[in-house]
Amino acid sequence: MSVQVRTLDDLLHAPLDADSELTTQEYLVNMGPQHPIAHGSLRVVLRLDGETVKHVIPVPGYVHRGVEKMCEHLTYRQIIPYTDRLDYLSAIMNNWAVAKTVEKAANIPTNERIDTIRTIMSELQRLQSHALWWGVTGMDLGAYTAFLYGFREREIIGEIFEETIGARLTMNYIQPGGLMYDIKPDFAQKVKNLLPYLKGCIEQYETLLSGNVIFQERLRNIGILDGKHAIALGCTGPVLRASGVPYDLRAVEPYGVYDKVNFNVVVGEVGDCWDRYYVRLEEMRESVRIVEQLIDNIPEGPHATIRYNEEIILPEGLHYGQVETARGVFGVFIASDGKNKCPIRLHFRSPNFNNLWIVTAIASGWRIADFISIQSSLDLVIPDIDR
Amino acid sequence: MNTALINMAMQTTLAAIEPRTIAQRAAESAHENLWITAGYFLAAIVGVALLLSFLGMALIYIERKVAAAFQCRIGPNRVGPWGLLQTVADTLKLVFKEDFVPQMADRTLHMIAPFLALLVPVVLLALIPYSPALQVADLNIGILFITAIGGFGVMGILIAGWSSNNKWSMIGAMRAGAQIISYELSATLALLVVVLFSGTMSLTGIVQSQEDGWWIWRGHAAGLCAFIIYLVASTAELNRTPFDIPEGESELTAGFHTEYSGLRFAFFFLAEFINMFTVSALTATLFLGGWMPFHIGDWTSFNSAMDAIPPSIWFLGKVTAIIFVIMWFRWTFPRLRVDQLMHLEWKVLLPIGFANLFIAAIIVLANAYPYPVAGQ
Repeated sequence: MSVQVRTLDDLLHAPLDADSELTTQEYLVNMGPQHPIAHGSLRVVLRLDGETVKHVIPVPGYVHRGVEKMCEHLTYRQIIPYTDRLDYLSAIMNNWAVAKTVEKAANIPTNERIDTIRTIMSELQRLQSHALWWGVTGMDLGAYTAFLYGFREREIIGEIFEETIGARLTMNYIQPGGLMYDIKPDFAQKVKNLLPYLKGCIEQYETLLSGNVIFQERLRNIGILDGKHAIALGCTGPVLRASGVPYDLRAVEPYGVYDKVNFNVVVGEVGDCWDRYYVRLEEMRESVRIVEQLIDNIPEGPHATIRYNEEIILPEGLHYGQVETARGVFGVFIASDGKNKCPIRLHFRSPNFNNLWIVTAIASGWRIADFISIQSSLDLVIPDIDR
Repeated sequence: MNTALINMAMQTTLAAIEPRTIAQRAAESAHENLWITAGYFLAAIVGVALLLSFLGMALIYIERKVAAAFQCRIGPNRVGPWGLLQTVADTLKLVFKEDFVPQMADRTLHMIAPFLALLVPVVLLALIPYSPALQVADLNIGILFITAIGGFGVMGILIAGWSSNNKWSMIGAMRAGAQIISYELSATLALLVVVLFSGTMSLTGIVQSQEDGWWIWRGHAAGLCAFIIYLVASTAELNRTPFDIPEGESELTAGFHTEYSGLRFAFFFLAEFINMFTVSALTATLFLGGWMPFHIGDWTSFNSAMDAIPPSIWFLGKVTAIIFVIMWFRWTFPRLRVDQLMHLEWKVLLPIGFANLFIAAIIVLANAYPYPVAGQ
């Protein structure tokens, strides 16, 4: 797995080797940008020898919108809705990353209530995201029914969000110094009613797919990524933890109220697709645990510490903050000149971008169907890669 | 004594309703009047065409409703009562779509392929005994004919994949070729078990041989094993989940029919569903007694109650049950990988199939059925 720097042009025009024994010729195939596995618009060029993948060349950029450039002309409050549209399955957590960075840089205080609600919402969103991922993995491997089961839970959690936030996908919820809206009085009760149901759903997921011999055959010992290479390639989140590295920002660098709740950092052993699958299922259980611990005693207090129209100017310098989203570490890097209410430069460190590139390291030598398993186990959200 | 009486009664009933196939009637009438012969042919063609369109509509509707039930949804419920006309609407949409052929495709082959794919299941429809009096042709080499024609089915898929000039289609077609030809071996071995048991290749003969009990349990474990092997192998031949790797939606976009649209796509779609029906009908005929009613030994009252149900209803019920099982497979299982698929066939199903055939031969030689064959 040596890393060589080659341009896309080099890769695409490299000679197509002929196998001397079987006299078969390698060929290039575009998987995407329009392809069922892309889950959006991701182009992957595969160099194939029959069914065997010889080389994978990801070509991102088909949903590039220049979000980072646009953010240079926006105030910090205005940046929040743009983060919804990166990894749209972790919208609330992305919001939190910006809010956290701005709060730290501008010394904006939060209170217990804000932190608790943020944590609950983030974990619900993680559950929602993993439920959808579970369904999509099933669909990618041919079990279409799983897809609708995953969506069923996603919708139910979406209704909880909708009631508080008024949106189901692009939340725009966590703001610097507070929350956009306070929770409704019956929020805690509704979430409490939901938790046993979600536990049952996770058990159902296990019985529907995990125990299936075909499903296990398709995931076990496929696309093994060891911890050393996972760190070297900068991947984070469940993908990193499945490779046996217990790195979870919620535990190693707690924010919100994560230091006050008990939860396990789930790690895998082998680093194959099955571990990436199972780490996420276990994480769903842990998320339910976290919400269970918090939902009974949400502290009283205001839901925002500053006014919505208060001008936020960060001090001159470089500011960085990061949170653990459903897919890994989402970081916000802000360069401020200390005079403007907009950043002079902004960069998002998105987990999917780094997680994508491990396919170049681990997918070679597997079959086309295994490439599907690998890509599905990475749980990529394409707008987050392209930004 | 009782059994003999029932057998006599049964044979009288069968004789009364003249179990002659349409082909026989046509052949007999050829001596008298050629117009009548032509009329029979026309009736057979129209009948098969009507059956084809009815089956296509009904099976697609059933599939969607079954899928919906598995997926916590309602399914089609807007067009017509209970959404019954949804398939009609979909077909109309496909009819009015542009008949598109890719520029670099092999035009002739590209246009022929869907018809080839549909031809095979339609020909097989003619051989199935739907009831004692309803069968287009009863060949004395029925099983051999089915195997031969069934093997031809892969041609449509191969030609479609090759002529589309699309790499995904080509991969799909190659997968289909390898898969269907491999699984045909197991399916044929399972069919041979029934041929051994019944001592005939004619489908009507096989149905009549199951008068005292269906082969699935009269053939001891060998019959059951052959039934399971045939169901698995024929699901693979149908290219349905968990063996849908030639289409493999998430892998190959749509596999061999990626470049097809409009009615030509509809033909592939229809072929899959008609294939599903023929496979289920053959399974019912060979292992579940076809149109034979369910009998329990000498329990006369029960048997006569079962006899009261028309044979065609028996046949339809059995076919529906098998179709449901195949749909159940589709909406619960993930897809196998190519090499796992080959492994299953060549290293698991084929050895079991051969061993099963051997055991079946011993059972036949020893005449060791749970109860003796009728008329012996």
